[in-house]
Amino acid sequence: MKEYKTVSKVAGPLLFVQKTEPVSYEEQVSLVLADGTMKRGQVLDTSDDLVVVQCYESTTGLGRDTGVRFLGETFKMPVSKTMLGRILSGGGKPIDGGPEIIPDKRLDINGAAINPYARGTPRDFIQTGISTIDGTNTLVRGQKLPIFSSAGLPHNEIALQIARQAKVPGSDEQFAVVFAAMGITREEANYFMADFERTGALERAVVFLNLADDPAVERTVTPRLALTTAEYLAYELGYHVLVILTDMTNYCEALRQIGAAREEVPGRRGYPGYMYTDLASLYERAGIIKGLKGSVTQIPILTMPGDDITHPIPDLTGYITEGQIVISPELHRKGIYPPINVLPSLSRLMNLGIGKGMTRDDHKKVSDMMYSGYAEGVDLRGLVAIVGKDALSERDQKFLEFADAFENTFVRQGADEDRTIAQTLDIGWNMFIQLPESELEKRIDRDLIKKYHPNYRK
Amino acid sequence: MEVNSKPGILKRIAGPVVTAINLDAHMYDVVKVGTEQLMGEVIKIDGPDTVIQVYESTTGIRPGEPVVNTGLSLAVELGPGLLTSIYDGIQRPLDVLIQKMGNFIARGVTAPGLNHEKKWDFKPVVHVGDKVTAGQIIGEVQETRSILHKVMIPPRAKGGKVTKINAGSFTIDEIVIELDSGESFPMMQKWPVRIPRPYVEKHSPSIPLLTGQRILDGLFPIAKGGTAAIPGPFGSGKTVTQQQLAKWSDAEIVVYIGCGERGNEMTEVLTEFPALKDPKTGNSLMERTVLIANTSNMPVAAREASVYTGITLAEYYRDMGYDVALMADSTSRWAEAMREICSRLEEMPGEEGYPAYLSSRLSEFYERAGLVQPLCGGSGSVSVIGAVSPAGGDFSEPVTQNTLRIVKVFWALDANLSRRRHFPAINWLQSYSLYMAQLNDYYDEKVSPEWNKLRAWFMEVLQKEAELLEIVQLVGSDALPEAEQITIEVARMIRELFLQQNGFDPVDTYCDLPKTLDMFKMIKTYAELAYAAQVAGVPPSQILGIKSKNEMPQVKFTKDYKPVLNKIYAGMEAEFKELRA
Ligand SMILES: Nc1ncnc2c1ncn2[C@@H]1O[C@H](COP(=O)(O)OP(=O)(O)O)[C@@H](O)[C@H]1O
Ligand SMILES: [Mg+2]
Repeated sequence: MKEYKTVSKVAGPLLFVQKTEPVSYEEQVSLVLADGTMKRGQVLDTSDDLVVVQCYESTTGLGRDTGVRFLGETFKMPVSKTMLGRILSGGGKPIDGGPEIIPDKRLDINGAAINPYARGTPRDFIQTGISTIDGTNTLVRGQKLPIFSSAGLPHNEIALQIARQAKVPGSDEQFAVVFAAMGITREEANYFMADFERTGALERAVVFLNLADDPAVERTVTPRLALTTAEYLAYELGYHVLVILTDMTNYCEALRQIGAAREEVPGRRGYPGYMYTDLASLYERAGIIKGLKGSVTQIPILTMPGDDITHPIPDLTGYITEGQIVISPELHRKGIYPPINVLPSLSRLMNLGIGKGMTRDDHKKVSDMMYSGYAEGVDLRGLVAIVGKDALSERDQKFLEFADAFENTFVRQGADEDRTIAQTLDIGWNMFIQLPESELEKRIDRDLIKKYHPNYRK
Repeated sequence: MEVNSKPGILKRIAGPVVTAINLDAHMYDVVKVGTEQLMGEVIKIDGPDTVIQVYESTTGIRPGEPVVNTGLSLAVELGPGLLTSIYDGIQRPLDVLIQKMGNFIARGVTAPGLNHEKKWDFKPVVHVGDKVTAGQIIGEVQETRSILHKVMIPPRAKGGKVTKINAGSFTIDEIVIELDSGESFPMMQKWPVRIPRPYVEKHSPSIPLLTGQRILDGLFPIAKGGTAAIPGPFGSGKTVTQQQLAKWSDAEIVVYIGCGERGNEMTEVLTEFPALKDPKTGNSLMERTVLIANTSNMPVAAREASVYTGITLAEYYRDMGYDVALMADSTSRWAEAMREICSRLEEMPGEEGYPAYLSSRLSEFYERAGLVQPLCGGSGSVSVIGAVSPAGGDFSEPVTQNTLRIVKVFWALDANLSRRRHFPAINWLQSYSLYMAQLNDYYDEKVSPEWNKLRAWFMEVLQKEAELLEIVQLVGSDALPEAEQITIEVARMIRELFLQQNGFDPVDTYCDLPKTLDMFKMIKTYAELAYAAQVAGVPPSQILGIKSKNEMPQVKFTKDYKPVLNKIYAGMEAEFKELRA
């Protein structure tokens, strides 16, 4: 293989190489340092006189004397069933002391878009045991539902609780977890690993770890490795795969860094103009395919810079994913776990997975009622702060109390408390006792009230 | 496709934009890029360089590979078989692509937009000896149970006397008509997507596009042939609103473009629509629908083209004399596709990195809407409803602002409403329709002379409520004068009963004009009785507490709601009488 020594410029993670043979776009590259160390990279821009290579690893030691070898193919990864139970680096190398992965197949890590006509409708209810998800923001198989959090909040605990408790009631199909860490601390990673080991989840998990002190550019590869693995497990081996990607904010920072090094015209707040498309190429890899057995469900986690949901990272994510679970510093301060604020949270696929024959006939209406009741109560809290509780009408006082009850009985639960969907909905009905029936009737059919309202049930 | 010049050579590849040298080409020529013959389009000519946007992934392509110019513009195939189809942004049928390349979209595969083998039953409507001109209808094909496809002489044809016309079963490529001009035509025609199809003249719209959504038909209607924008942050209801319009609007043809959005949403339409009945024809909704799905993870250049593909199909049915509604979800993703492509051209960008030509592209697109007299006479319309996805939900960004300068209807989605599950989350104080004046006569004559007054009164109450709520924020609701406590309650009824409409409730999802009028009147009647009682000295707590009011939500959720309504009227009358006694 030919080795070029024509590096003319190194800037950030980029190398500019001159006068090469024709090199293909996104071709993989080996960089050979003076001391013989090898690093990996990829072609970002290719022309007959200049090739721009992005190095996945630290650029320490790269220079004019670096040898550049073009490998003649795009980024492919080995996949096989034996990956279950393994821990790999953010670049896909085993780091658990075990053997190399013996490939069953080698797959392009960028995958390909699922033909929209080939998609099946995600509608299998996943019970997570968490009321604020199951009751009001239901997750279904094949969905992409991110957790929007902020630094210092228990998003990892929630993700783990979901991974531990998630099940499709009445099904015993093969289940696997693919976990991709991007730029999280060793301590956070240990927390995940300890939980996987404690619960035996590791056996059916594939873990990719790019930690805070690993190269930032490698982070752009890690989720692609994870999703390629997930697609293989799902569509070729028939697993139902839950993919946890954390922290997407670090991924986006890496994108921004590469964009800046290429001197691109930035989009909003310095992030690349193509970030929407780039994120979509990850998130859209969730789904199910008609006629195939498995599924890929995604729970990306991101920390919102400045707890600002309009920041480009949560904003573009929310525009692509099928809803979001928003974690609230305020509820956390009140000592409520899980501090999920349902008001800005959403599951867009909820309607497909709930109701008679799937969860329960009253599910949709109970959820709607809880939302509007809680929203109204929260608004009134603002008013009470100004005019005092006594200035409220009797009706309004009831809603005010409803909001408190909602947080304390519906939202609040234990980190190991695994509620069934029936328990979750019944908690809702028990809170509805506090509201006038005429208010319930605005949203809930009479027959359902007669069937489930504690006043009618003996 | 024919090759009319010698191949150029690829010089540079960087993402979806590539540069070729020595290629003889014109702007917007379609070219075949590389040994895999990926489809692309010329977007810039600069000295010896020709810059091309490629509709497929360019991974693995290298300098030195050939580029061949087809000499043709990006065009769509038009003819029977469009309805019920689902296409990508460049009119490749997605179901055919699965047969050719499996569940995932590979590249280098072409597939014609229409089925060229299928035979259609063609019934001529002109005879030998008749003179026919461009755009004229020469025959009919029952395309689906709902739609009679009108086969037309192509717009740029010379026309002449019919020398031969064939009746019977034909493929879209077989000649069905011959003229003394020497021209002969099959059922299919082609049209370049970036060029509007011609018509005789444009008229001012005067009939509403009825949507079955109370807040739209009642307060902010769009006209047939009109334009509307739905901006809103994520999760506020753009897609559901667009889908509601695709389902229930009284257009004859629906073109639905999923432009850079989710794959699962297209699947949802594909599974839901065939099972839903068109309230007008009783046939499946799919039979009047064409879907275009270029989802967010599909190539960005094809996303840019998808909007043009869609509007060209819409114009084609307009030219047959149909009322067409086109939904584009989301025009922001189209604008972003332009931005991504433009940034690779190393041109000076305009605001927020968008190309300087953003606003002219947007207005050219919306200008293709309208109520027109097509070449064949009569009238046809294209109504365009574009979703806008403003970054951070901030309406001051360039795509929203440029769109609002063009469109006549603004349905402002509001996260504060969607968060409390007030749906559709259309903000009634921010939204507007500039078609009101044009549509007043229709409502007056075709619906009820009371309609326009009721509408004005609703808006007034809502406006008043906003003012009162500011006061309530300071002093609490009990401190308001009695009459205004009633106003607050009436406004709440308008919001909860009338404005809120559950798109997922089997009955409430669609509300026709008579029912909308009944609900207008029901609330107005309560208000009149309530104010009168208050003047007569009845305390507000009693007025607000009447029992028959609790029945009102049932009107929304009951199919045959008249008995419920009558009971409410009877109840209100009795209760108010008793209160005043
Ligand atoms: N008219 C409606 N009726 C009931 N629910 C609605 C309605 N409009 C929106 N929703 C709810 O809001 C969610 C988000 O709506 P969607 O149209 O997907 O938002 P956007 O396209 O603006 O991101 C839906 O999944 C649904 O739960
Ligand atoms: Mg949407």
